[in-house]
Amino acid sequence: MTLTLADVTHIAHLARLALTDEELAHYQSQLSAVLDYAARLNELDLTGVAPSTHAAGRRNVLREDVVAPSLAPDDALFNAASTAEGQFLIQSVLDA
Amino acid sequence: MDPSTLTELRDALRRGETTSVAATTAMIDRIVAYDNTLRSYLAVADESALEQAAAADRRRAAGEDGPLLGIPLAIKDIICTAGIPTTAGSKILEGFIPPYDAFVVARLLAAGAVILGKTNTDEFAMGSSTENSAYVTTANPWDVDRVPGGSSGGSAAAVAAGLAYGALGTDTGGSVRQPASFCGLVGLRPTYGRVSRWGVIAFASSLDQVGPFGRAVADCAALLGVIAGHDPRDSTSLDAPVPDYEAALTGDIRGLRVGVPREYFIEGIAPEVEAAVRAAIDDLAALGAEVVEVSLPHTHYGLPVYYLIAPAEASANLARYDGTRFGPRVEGADMIDTVRQTRALFGPEVKRRIMLGTYALSAGYYDEYYGRALRARTLIAGDFRRAFETVDVIAAPTSPTTAFRIGERVNDPLSMYLADVFTLPLNLSAACGLSVPCGVDSAGLPIGLQLIGDTLQEARILNAAYAYEQARPWHRRLPVVPALEP
Repeated sequence: MTLTLADVTHIAHLARLALTDEELAHYQSQLSAVLDYAARLNELDLTGVAPSTHAAGRRNVLREDVVAPSLAPDDALFNAASTAEGQFLIQSVLDA
Repeated sequence: MDPSTLTELRDALRRGETTSVAATTAMIDRIVAYDNTLRSYLAVADESALEQAAAADRRRAAGEDGPLLGIPLAIKDIICTAGIPTTAGSKILEGFIPPYDAFVVARLLAAGAVILGKTNTDEFAMGSSTENSAYVTTANPWDVDRVPGGSSGGSAAAVAAGLAYGALGTDTGGSVRQPASFCGLVGLRPTYGRVSRWGVIAFASSLDQVGPFGRAVADCAALLGVIAGHDPRDSTSLDAPVPDYEAALTGDIRGLRVGVPREYFIEGIAPEVEAAVRAAIDDLAALGAEVVEVSLPHTHYGLPVYYLIAPAEASANLARYDGTRFGPRVEGADMIDTVRQTRALFGPEVKRRIMLGTYALSAGYYDEYYGRALRARTLIAGDFRRAFETVDVIAAPTSPTTAFRIGERVNDPLSMYLADVFTLPLNLSAACGLSVPCGVDSAGLPIGLQLIGDTLQEARILNAAYAYEQARPWHRRLPVVPALEP
């Protein structure tokens, strides 16, 4: 499996990662090598094998929908880069 | 250094021969003296540690006792500690101060344990050497030019060097067992769901589990007994009774059926590691265990399955780091650009895994990569389930080699990933496992024996390890490094 530079650029876009040209070239070869290694799985006959999403085998875990103590607003906002009026402040995402 | 283990310190506290304040002060003094060389801690919380120690001494004076009352411990810096910076070894969480304690930390504090500080980790626990930490590379106390293993290498180095009496790490693919092996410690990865993940910074949610490090088996049993248990805030937490792990340490393993998986003795394993592990298995037989060969036929596929599933889950978990709610923000031209520039703060291995995971989950490739990996995971978990129909414990090497040199594998991701080839299949299953010291190689570096148990059989593997440790007390051998002991 050889990824093209365009593939890697597209993945970086999906992952919202700003990468330098050097990083893109570097990951192009390294990701291709790891995917080649992963191609080992093509040796397996997986017909009729169900996927496992995790080991505990638990399904839905439900509880009553009741109010319980949670983080105070000041604590929740404490680590934010920018806040205003008790909220997280970000750049505008809509044209004014 | 103080040669006593966690439970021996506890005995001394019970007899009134020392106090928690004295033990904690001694640990802080050692950290100041030696951690410039080892770099095992990212943050030392000396003030709050001494307050906790004084409180523990008051509780004891009032007649209280408990398995960890007054014991100084270290916590991997991927586990949230209220008021103590928690970085996950990443620049993207530089300056983050958690507003709450993780479940496991709250349990330790309620038990009267003392939190000395936060230990180094590969960034977001992605690595096998601590070389992927954005801050420092931790040195192995047995040879400071070598890695301590990872990702919980800071916790392992701290305990091995006598800079804590025990520690917590996390094990997503071997990150407790492998550094325990490299540093000559006991390290346990509990069954998935045995310990709550609430307040543990997520790497791969279906694989992550918190586990203890100790110099001796009983130390790990004491720690596990306090951190295990049901937590409604982690919906994958198991609501199963917690046995008395220390009481289970009888040292009697007569009739225990021990399986030796032929797929774990492969080309690439260091001959000295193989010899030490085989000798340890002979010792188990001499102690009365029945040793048989077993097969885990899909072992060979563990590494590719892991390196699709873990990055896929990581790429989703790490989407939250966008400079909005925590961590630094790198201002860009617009909101999307700000997110992209902020996320450039991730280190190279984290970016590599986010890229790999994003690809494995992306339209057109999901079935080919992630979907196949989930199905192959079923086969790997099935290997363990079938083996445990005929044996009680599986015995194998923890890692194919002893500790490697700092810098040796850092530019070759696949060779780094191979350090976990014997530990990560377990994480894909519902088994539990530990590493116990079983010898040293010709360079004097520790070798680990891995003991794997079926779902929730932690007491059984701890007792098997304890029986071995009584016969072969490798844990009494301590690192003698000139840089540490002038």
